[in-house]
Amino acid sequence: MTETYDLVVIGAGPGGYVAAIRARQLGMTVAVVEKRATLGGVCLNEGCIPSKALLDSSELFAQIRDKAAGHGIVVEPPRLELARMQERKREVVGKLTEGIAFLFKKNGITRLTASASLAGVGNDGLIAVDITGDDPTLPAQLLGRRVLLATGSSAVALPGIPFDGRRVVDASGALAFEQVPEHLLVVGAGYIGLELGSVWRRLGARVTVVEALAKPLPATDGQVADTLVRSLKKQGFSFRMETRVSGLTQQDDGLSVELAGLSGNEQVHCDRLLVAAGRRPVTDGLGLENVGLTVGADGRLAVDDRFATAVPGIFAIGDLVAGPMLAHKASEEGVVCVERMAGQASRVEYAYLPGVVYTWPEAAGVGRTEEQLKAAGRPYLTGRFNFSANGRARCMDEGEGFVKLLADAESGRIEGVHIIGPRASDLIAEAVTAMTYGATAQDLAMTFHGHPTLAEALKEAALDAHKQAIHA
Amino acid sequence: MEITVPAVGESVFEALVALWRKEEGAAVRRDEVLCELETDKITFELQAETDGILHIAVPAGQTVKIGAIIGSIEDAGAAAAAPPHGTAAEAAPPFVMPAARKLAAEQGIDPASLAGTGTGGRVTVTDVQHALAGQTPPAAIPPAPRPAAVPADSRSRRVAMTPIRRRIAERLLQARQQTAMLTTFNEVDMSRVMALRGQYRETFRQRHQVSLGLMSFFVKASVEALREFPEVNASIDGDDLVYHDFYDLGIAIGAEKGLVVPVLRDADRLHFHEIEQQIADYGRKVQENRLTIADLEGGTFTISNGGVYGSLLSTPIINPPQSAVLGMHTIQNRPVERDGQVVLRPMMYLALSYDHRIIDGRTAVQFLKRVCGLVAEPDELFLEV
Repeated sequence: MTETYDLVVIGAGPGGYVAAIRARQLGMTVAVVEKRATLGGVCLNEGCIPSKALLDSSELFAQIRDKAAGHGIVVEPPRLELARMQERKREVVGKLTEGIAFLFKKNGITRLTASASLAGVGNDGLIAVDITGDDPTLPAQLLGRRVLLATGSSAVALPGIPFDGRRVVDASGALAFEQVPEHLLVVGAGYIGLELGSVWRRLGARVTVVEALAKPLPATDGQVADTLVRSLKKQGFSFRMETRVSGLTQQDDGLSVELAGLSGNEQVHCDRLLVAAGRRPVTDGLGLENVGLTVGADGRLAVDDRFATAVPGIFAIGDLVAGPMLAHKASEEGVVCVERMAGQASRVEYAYLPGVVYTWPEAAGVGRTEEQLKAAGRPYLTGRFNFSANGRARCMDEGEGFVKLLADAESGRIEGVHIIGPRASDLIAEAVTAMTYGATAQDLAMTFHGHPTLAEALKEAALDAHKQAIHA
Repeated sequence: MEITVPAVGESVFEALVALWRKEEGAAVRRDEVLCELETDKITFELQAETDGILHIAVPAGQTVKIGAIIGSIEDAGAAAAAPPHGTAAEAAPPFVMPAARKLAAEQGIDPASLAGTGTGGRVTVTDVQHALAGQTPPAAIPPAPRPAAVPADSRSRRVAMTPIRRRIAERLLQARQQTAMLTTFNEVDMSRVMALRGQYRETFRQRHQVSLGLMSFFVKASVEALREFPEVNASIDGDDLVYHDFYDLGIAIGAEKGLVVPVLRDADRLHFHEIEQQIADYGRKVQENRLTIADLEGGTFTISNGGVYGSLLSTPIINPPQSAVLGMHTIQNRPVERDGQVVLRPMMYLALSYDHRIIDGRTAVQFLKRVCGLVAEPDELFLEV
């Protein structure tokens, strides 16, 4: 007996599971096929959530070690119990994945722990999905009136240097170290490399970041990226920009890595190598060939504004399609995709898609960067406010960083907001809301902000766009 | 290129523009769905016949005649030649709040045509709601507080009938006024059918991917009885009687917008599982708004199951030009006499409404008795004796 669902979702990451719940709310019958034993995908199991758990733990450790004295708190140098820290991370992840399993039950979503592969499209338009898993009670096949592909992405290894899960690892491996590395070499100065580098740096590792480009975080506003690099250097990071890994030798006590940079070659010894230099969509084994779908040169699927692929009834979202590989982008696409299926006029507001780097200070941005505005040649206003002049930041002893607001010179409409500083990840939400509502710098400047709060820095930056900042 | 409302079937003269799927000024591609149209029989989607820029002439919620022009698609080439939005010379259009944009798009309103009352002239959800209600937006000054007493007329609401509801009203009145309708009743012992369903529930489901319902028994029994009493399957056309040598049975299905009666074609040639499958398919089509005119046209006899809503007894209304309709009802355990004993049996009342002009009382009663007999003892249906 083959069960037929209105929607079969392949992959229960932040794109797939959110789409499934929304589809149930809209009255569709939904089955989700996920090969992992727990729901939530990379984000919950080995990405966003466990990395933030370790970032928060390591931040607390570093605060106690480095900042307690400044607050007048005398502590013995804190001692790290890494096993407990990792255990807490697993508890956080466990609670959250169980939470999604509960939501699935509550919403009446059929969950299959198995691999899924597109088998073909029938004459009746139903899409057949082959199911392969360990559980003998699993059906061999499901039929879907629509199928949503949400299988996400995985890390790309360096050419000739495969992951070994021990010394040469991806982000998932770097979250699971059982000992603090002596020297961690990070390839790729994107947000994953800088965040995981921060975790182990705070816990005592020497961290060297190797980046092929001249600047880290290429999509980030240049001023923010420069400030972040300066701050990380102060924290003890080493950077090798415009440098590539050209060779690797396994040694008894670690790895000997050959770096090719602007000023010649260099031999670096490390005990762990984290490769965070890009991710690629996961489409192997998905059976795309059985329905006549092909991926582009970048491994991604082409979709229209409804997230429909070239094959009627088959949709794709998240890391499988164009755009930055971010959990909140995938979730939003999932919601919009199923709402469009239900005939609603929803759309994803890509122009207001925020990006966050959970280093300390945190960096977050939305909209256009100053570099992009310059290149576009349109006149713009800049407002800037430093956290060193913000009361609350001072109280927190976190005066590093600033808020930068960019607005169209003519209309005053906010074009971009870029923050580096304490809790930038939370502060950016106000900017995203304001921009989504088409706010001008003046609108934001006229809005109440509680005192004393970090958010006042945003108001002051908005005032500063018209050179009316009070505290600058 | 103009967008016109296509002819979708006989006796359909107007359509309601239910929903614009694309916004005013949106770039559309050939075969993309532009809007949903609702007629008194079905809802259907209208697709773009060419690439270009959509211009909406008739907003959602208006009823138009078949053939009416409801918008146009401007040639994409010409559109490209027009100056793009956002050039410095052009005044920036008012910003449309996200939820307002969505509501406007769904209702086929061009938000640029609205006077925004939000901060800085932003178009808000309230502005779109006012436009939908046909009101002018209130001034930006906050409205005076509501008087404590609610005006009497606000205790009733006046809503225009949807085309489907209007059509239902017309047809029912017509059936009442233009036929000599009468109803006869009987009851049927469902013991045997219930036992069969219990016994074969799993096997039937596994074999045919559909559950064995009551309906297939009644369809089979009706076909058999119609064969024996051809007047019940006939209709009046002017001064003639038209006998049908085929058995197209309408099955009444309650839908959100009203009752629809899709037709099982050549029901005499269908197996039990085919009947159940086709009814299940129609159920899905109704839910998903995919019924076509062809699904509803024709039909020589109708079965209506009020039992699903718990009705104990009712008089169904015939569906002209058909001459009779069978009404099924809820099953209750009731005391009946069997072999001199009072026993409890699952009983169902059956009603047959018929047009007395063509069907005699005797024929109607015999027809209904025959249906009862075949359902009570369905063995005959299988043996085809």
